[in-house]
Amino acid sequence: MTEHAATAAEQHHSYTGLPNRKLLMWAFIGSECMLFGSLLITYLVYRGRSVVGPYPEELLNIPFITVTTFILLMSSLMMVLALAAVQRNDMRQGKLWILMTALLGLAFLAGQAYEFTHFVHEGLGLTTNLFGASFFLLTGTHGAHVAVGVVWLLTLFVMAMRGRLSSADAETVEITGLYWHFVDVVWIVLFTVIYLLV
Amino acid sequence: MENSTAQHEHASVKTYLVVAAVLGVVTAVEVAIFYVEALEPILVPLLLTLSAAKFALVVGFFMHLKYDSKVFRGLFIGPLIVAVAIILAMLALFGVFGGGAGGA
Repeated sequence: MTEHAATAAEQHHSYTGLPNRKLLMWAFIGSECMLFGSLLITYLVYRGRSVVGPYPEELLNIPFITVTTFILLMSSLMMVLALAAVQRNDMRQGKLWILMTALLGLAFLAGQAYEFTHFVHEGLGLTTNLFGASFFLLTGTHGAHVAVGVVWLLTLFVMAMRGRLSSADAETVEITGLYWHFVDVVWIVLFTVIYLLV
Repeated sequence: MENSTAQHEHASVKTYLVVAAVLGVVTAVEVAIFYVEALEPILVPLLLTLSAAKFALVVGFFMHLKYDSKVFRGLFIGPLIVAVAIILAMLALFGVFGGGAGGA
């Protein structure tokens, strides 16, 4: 680590010895648990109370969503591989895995866009019934988080391409990873609750 | 002071690959269970258990919570417990468990 990088790393640590940015990210993730918890409870309370169709059992495509779920799970693997590569200063591998994570995130978003379009064509809008309102709000909020993560990852990739990312910045990649994995664990819950517990 | 990523030993690449494989297999099992009619009476607890296992694997290994400071663990698990408690309370209030106002 260069003297400059070491100094920069020191400046980001609090008196607890823990990095401030990482503390902030975990606190943010804690608050996000509350956000998604509130959206999830809205979905669960409204479940089965729609008085007009279309109903979830008529629309939800389990095989298709299983594929997109698998894609998001594998993107988490790409993310940890990216962090491991950056930590050992293997920037070639680091760039590759960061790009792969972003591309898998984009593939997940494409799947969600297809699903939303299909639902709208089948007559389910945001104001059609309670299922539509709570479903689009919950999965749409999650999709927005994935989109933010993709932009964040692509920014890291551009930084890496310009030579502005090294092992000294492993904490930056780790924090990005924390956000990305959280988006993944939220989907693990949503996949089970929305699609499998119909 | 050391960088945080060096302070705590993270899992190896091999461990990451094993965890990813387990996640894939568990997801496949979840979907398979969904189509088995004989398992319908225990479908909800079974799927919730498998989902919780996947959740714990990602948080523990990919997010390194298993290896990291207890402060981070508290920052995550504290709000998570509050969120789950509120979800359970609201479900009870709306009669999802078979009683309450919503069940009337």
